[in-house]
Amino acid sequence: MSKVNALLKGTLDWVDERFPLTANWKAHLSEYYAPKNFNFWYFFGSLALLVLVIQIVTGIFLVMHFKPDASLNASGVPVAFASVEYIMRDVPWGWLIRYMHSTGASAFFVVVYMHMFRGLLYGSYRKPRELIWIFGMLIFLCLMAEAFFGYLLPWGQMSFWGAQVIVNLFSAIPLIGPDLSIWLRGDFVVGDSTLNRFFSFHVIAVPLVLLGLVAAHILALHEVGSNNPDGVEIKKKKDANGIPLDGIPFHPYYTLKDIVGVIVFLMAFSVIVFFMPEFGGYFLEYNNFFPADPLQTPLHIAPVWYFTPYYSILRAVTYPLFGIDAKFWGVVAMGASTLIIAFLPWLDRSPVKSIRYRGPLFKGFLAAFLVSFFILGYLGVLAPTPARTLVSQICSVIYFGFFLLMPIYSSLDKCQPEPDRVTTK
Amino acid sequence: MSCDENVDCGRRRLLVATAAAGGVAGVAAAVPFVASMLPSERAKSAGAPVEVDISKLAPGQMMTVEWRGKPVWIINRTPEMLASLKKTDDKVADPKSDKQMQPDYAKNETRSIKPEILVAVGICTHLGCSPSEKFKTGAESGVDPDWPGGFLCPCHGSTFDLAGRVYKSKPAPDNLEIPPHMYLGDAKIVIGEDKKA
Repeated sequence: MSKVNALLKGTLDWVDERFPLTANWKAHLSEYYAPKNFNFWYFFGSLALLVLVIQIVTGIFLVMHFKPDASLNASGVPVAFASVEYIMRDVPWGWLIRYMHSTGASAFFVVVYMHMFRGLLYGSYRKPRELIWIFGMLIFLCLMAEAFFGYLLPWGQMSFWGAQVIVNLFSAIPLIGPDLSIWLRGDFVVGDSTLNRFFSFHVIAVPLVLLGLVAAHILALHEVGSNNPDGVEIKKKKDANGIPLDGIPFHPYYTLKDIVGVIVFLMAFSVIVFFMPEFGGYFLEYNNFFPADPLQTPLHIAPVWYFTPYYSILRAVTYPLFGIDAKFWGVVAMGASTLIIAFLPWLDRSPVKSIRYRGPLFKGFLAAFLVSFFILGYLGVLAPTPARTLVSQICSVIYFGFFLLMPIYSSLDKCQPEPDRVTTK
Repeated sequence: MSCDENVDCGRRRLLVATAAAGGVAGVAAAVPFVASMLPSERAKSAGAPVEVDISKLAPGQMMTVEWRGKPVWIINRTPEMLASLKKTDDKVADPKSDKQMQPDYAKNETRSIKPEILVAVGICTHLGCSPSEKFKTGAESGVDPDWPGGFLCPCHGSTFDLAGRVYKSKPAPDNLEIPPHMYLGDAKIVIGEDKKA
């Protein structure tokens, strides 16, 4: 046995002299000290990484059978649409791989929304973690792009008309808009060239950027150290060896904790993949089982659930301003609603980070924000009516109010004193 | 650019010039890649005019044909439908069709060459969905109790009257586009071409 050990050690030493393997293992896992009071909300970072792996692996196998081709085959069905049906019906286990990929898309957003909400609860975006937050927001934008490009590929009715609407958003930009949208489509209408370039973006361009950003997100996190539910810096209290008193090595403590999260997540994920892959029309929309028809918009079109809050904000703007169409301002409002989240580190002026020590003002605004976010999300699935438009206008104002008024209410708030060290309840 | 004693200014200048030239070359190299995403010659040439026979289009009926990949509607409007355009005059955003959404020969009350026949691109000017026909009037339409008939866009709720004019305070900024078209005889329309050209 000792001979085997000696051989392994020799190999490791050989590698370490040429590549910082042990050094990286220590820096990022066995000697990365994370606060000991992580709770439920801290599962979602590692889960996001798991879903990323699921999406990449299933994606690699889907590309082996999918054909990005909008021309009609001998039976008059678009080739891309037919190739997805082929994956579902004829490719061995193709249905499983595709359902894992489609469920993975929605799971990604569930996990990432929870992960972002955790940041909101405990002030994880505050100094010195601003760059982690910004990298995270860029990851979120990439994810939205990835989901949008991927949604065109099955070339169903929702794919087609969803892409039509989103690409036309760019045509609302004054002066360059119409030419910009033609350049994005590569044609005067959404067509074969659009499908091919979206395929390229979906499988190569965006995933490459995404992986780079994930690496930057984690490197920035490991540079400054993790926040925690108390929002106090564990690096302020260190022992004689320079190790935070309230820190525990990420491996094995949090790797083991995260395995529990992974198992619970995979249980829920499997239930959806095997028993309700369409999830009542929310994960896979029923109209997308019809091939794309450029002459007929489905009677009711709505984006997939993870885009609906922003879509509601887009629809809520119905007044022209400064002589420019409402259409343009709707697009601006929708863009602003996602970008404004990136400015949280500078909007929040509270003396404390964590919700545990915040006062009633912040808690009230956060609750109102959360409620309006859910209402906007719900309205975005429904057809517009005058009453619903009014509600979405009110909710949009609350949504932006949460961010824009934050410098005022977060500094006025009556906060409780933060503890010196983390607490374990 | 300031030069202190420890810097070889000649070499520094050469370095800046080289970097600038390299930057220009880099931008120039990006041009073919950006331009490759523009519509190809094949896509540009796929815009031939379409001939349509409307002899079987009864009053009150609508047909859809494809022109340049877009739906084009042809509607044979009844006298009641035409009368409804008077009622919508003060409800629509651009009643006189002042914005250039139609050829000059269709800049009139009915936005058409022949009063009863409307030819319009069935693409909402908001974000490009195809509105659905809501020809039934009143509460039966499901739009509005005093709905005079027209079109409703399913995506963002823009409404249009039976001349394709957009209602006020809706997301769509403009009236529906009237494509260039002309008549070849009584019952044949060419879409995509007109006499003017």
